[in-house]
Amino acid sequence: MSSLMGTAALMAQPGEAKAAVEWAEHFQKNYRLMTPEEKAEARTRLEKRYSGEYSKKVSVDITEAQPGVLMGYALNIRKCIGCRRCVKACVEENNQSRGARAGERIEWIQVLRMERGEFTADKMNQGYPEGLGIQVGGNAYSPAGQVLEGQYQYTPEAVPEKDATYMPIACMQCEKPPCVKVCPVRTTYREADGPVVIDYNWCIGCKMCMGACPYWARRFNLTTPVLPKEDMNPVTHYLGNRPRMRGVVEKCHWCLQRTRHGRYPACVEVCPVGARKFGNLLDPESEVSKILARKNVFRLKAELNTFPKFFYFYD
Amino acid sequence: MLTRFVFDYARYVLKGGTKFYAWMGTLALLIVGMFYVFYLQNTEGLIVTGMTSQIHDGLYLANLVFLVGVAAGAVTIVFPAYVYHHEGMHKVTVLGEMLAISAVIMVMVFVFAHMGRPDRLWHMVPPWGIYSFSSMLGWDVLVLNGYLILNFVVGFWYLYSKYTGKPVNPKIFMPLVYISIVWALSIHTVTAFLIAVNPARPMWFHSMMPIRFITTAFAAGPALIIIAFLIIRNNTKMWIEDSAIKLLTTIVIWCLGLAIFLTLSEIVIELYARTEHANSLYYLMFGLHGLTALVPWFWSSVVLMVGAFALFMTPKFRNDMKLLPIPCAMAFVGIWIEKGMGLIVPGFIPSPIGEVTEYYPTFVEWVMTLGIWAFGFFILTILLKGAIGILLGEVRFGGAAPAASAAAVH
Repeated sequence: MSSLMGTAALMAQPGEAKAAVEWAEHFQKNYRLMTPEEKAEARTRLEKRYSGEYSKKVSVDITEAQPGVLMGYALNIRKCIGCRRCVKACVEENNQSRGARAGERIEWIQVLRMERGEFTADKMNQGYPEGLGIQVGGNAYSPAGQVLEGQYQYTPEAVPEKDATYMPIACMQCEKPPCVKVCPVRTTYREADGPVVIDYNWCIGCKMCMGACPYWARRFNLTTPVLPKEDMNPVTHYLGNRPRMRGVVEKCHWCLQRTRHGRYPACVEVCPVGARKFGNLLDPESEVSKILARKNVFRLKAELNTFPKFFYFYD
Repeated sequence: MLTRFVFDYARYVLKGGTKFYAWMGTLALLIVGMFYVFYLQNTEGLIVTGMTSQIHDGLYLANLVFLVGVAAGAVTIVFPAYVYHHEGMHKVTVLGEMLAISAVIMVMVFVFAHMGRPDRLWHMVPPWGIYSFSSMLGWDVLVLNGYLILNFVVGFWYLYSKYTGKPVNPKIFMPLVYISIVWALSIHTVTAFLIAVNPARPMWFHSMMPIRFITTAFAAGPALIIIAFLIIRNNTKMWIEDSAIKLLTTIVIWCLGLAIFLTLSEIVIELYARTEHANSLYYLMFGLHGLTALVPWFWSSVVLMVGAFALFMTPKFRNDMKLLPIPCAMAFVGIWIEKGMGLIVPGFIPSPIGEVTEYYPTFVEWVMTLGIWAFGFFILTILLKGAIGILLGEVRFGGAAPAASAAAVH
């Protein structure tokens, strides 16, 4: 049925092509349940539509997970200088919406700027609670190292700032992703090589995954994404950075369009201080494996048993 | 015979005075507004609402959760009627079932309203789509549809038997009634699970949620039913006995008291330890980082609920059928706030990475919400009017349509 519609769509006149392609797209199956032929059809359909929409040759990759690969990520928080080049590179690589209205601007990486805080002698006698007879604590501090409470939209003259530390976060690509568990249509799932991906064409926009994610990694397309033709990255993957539509959820997928072909994710490539490391967890010689073997590493909110494949370390 | 039933039913419902048509006309107008904003949401996107990637559910999910409670609340009629054989209640059980049907339909429209892609809803319906057993939303949709079907079957089978004069077969009918009683609990429990199973949202992540949902539902549901019963009693020939209303009042008082107790327990436990996990509650009660949009909502809900409880405790209010609607309305609105804006929205504030943002429903959201409530009351009016006509014997098989008698609802 869908194959017939796909063929019909491709044979139609250019004027009707868009409508016909969208019609066929609307009735396609969940990506994971498609046969290789159906996947190829879906790909051709999308390539045709995107190429028309963005007036350039757009490719939609459907490369599957490679055997023997389990992707992992490690971030050296001591090195991060808070320049946010990773945020910018990610938006450009992954075709995120970049409009003027608040709901049209989507970024998958947040670099949290944390106050260093301090303990000071002149506050030593301030008790807690203040002004009451019995004190159960002190107040000799300004917030220091509060867990995950920071700014991610900051504009200093230069980075790094003296009184701040930086904590970049994005999707943790959990081994036990709570977002996948709550999805009512199984449109988001963990790929065999590790990343948690979304079939944007199957997503119903119920936003349950957004409520379940403990890392605020998911974004909702409140409107049709604003993606200027000239800025659109034409090298895409079906489960990765292909342009999304209104009303669906999106998130980091470790640049599948790159990493499935042996390249680094855009954020790793752009990082000027080499704080970001990426590689195959199953290969003991990979950089990530070596970091896990030799450095002090930790994971965010480890108590939630989500088992992220995104590690933090410092040397 | 079935076609005669549908025909007679429709003819009876359509007959009405100016008051009836003015009521239905007003509702229809609001429903038109609902369709317009639904069109907006599905062309412009949810950007026309106040929802963001931080606070991605608001008024819609709030109303959804509340109305599941109202639907479940119908069991406060069905249970005493069939299990305790309460005489006064038994005569009007079917009205409770009609309320449940309307409330579940409202819930389903709210589901449509809050989705990014309602055009893809079929993705969750096998065999075309996929049903996910690990998803609480999947279970919620399942139990809600089941409850709708159960109430439709039980309610209309009963009405049909009244219409034809042939009694129902109790061997099949009664088991269905008992299933619907347990099922009523399940719909609200699963709705509580829906939000409570997310450790990412500490405010929701506690096992008190299901019982709190049930108690607030069994306060708000019957509170609405009491008001509806008093309206029916005063405007139609249908008489609802004092004993039924009194029993419902007792249920409301007990459940409202429990609900207040549970809220107080939460406040003490969360604010005593005052961990970061209490930030949402703190934001709700006092505001956080200078942002205080929900503070008036919370305190008005406290005043309404505690005030209603105090009034219910006063025999003058409890026993006077003219004053009774006041505490009922207060309890209803108070719980609507507590369970809606006071529970759903602060769950997102702060976000899991500590960001404090605020949510303001837009005009579009108010029009949608009002429209869906109007849609629900439109259906409820039709269902109640038809049911009353049958209960009064004005609609019955072979009986000449009572052209002379005035319509049940003027």
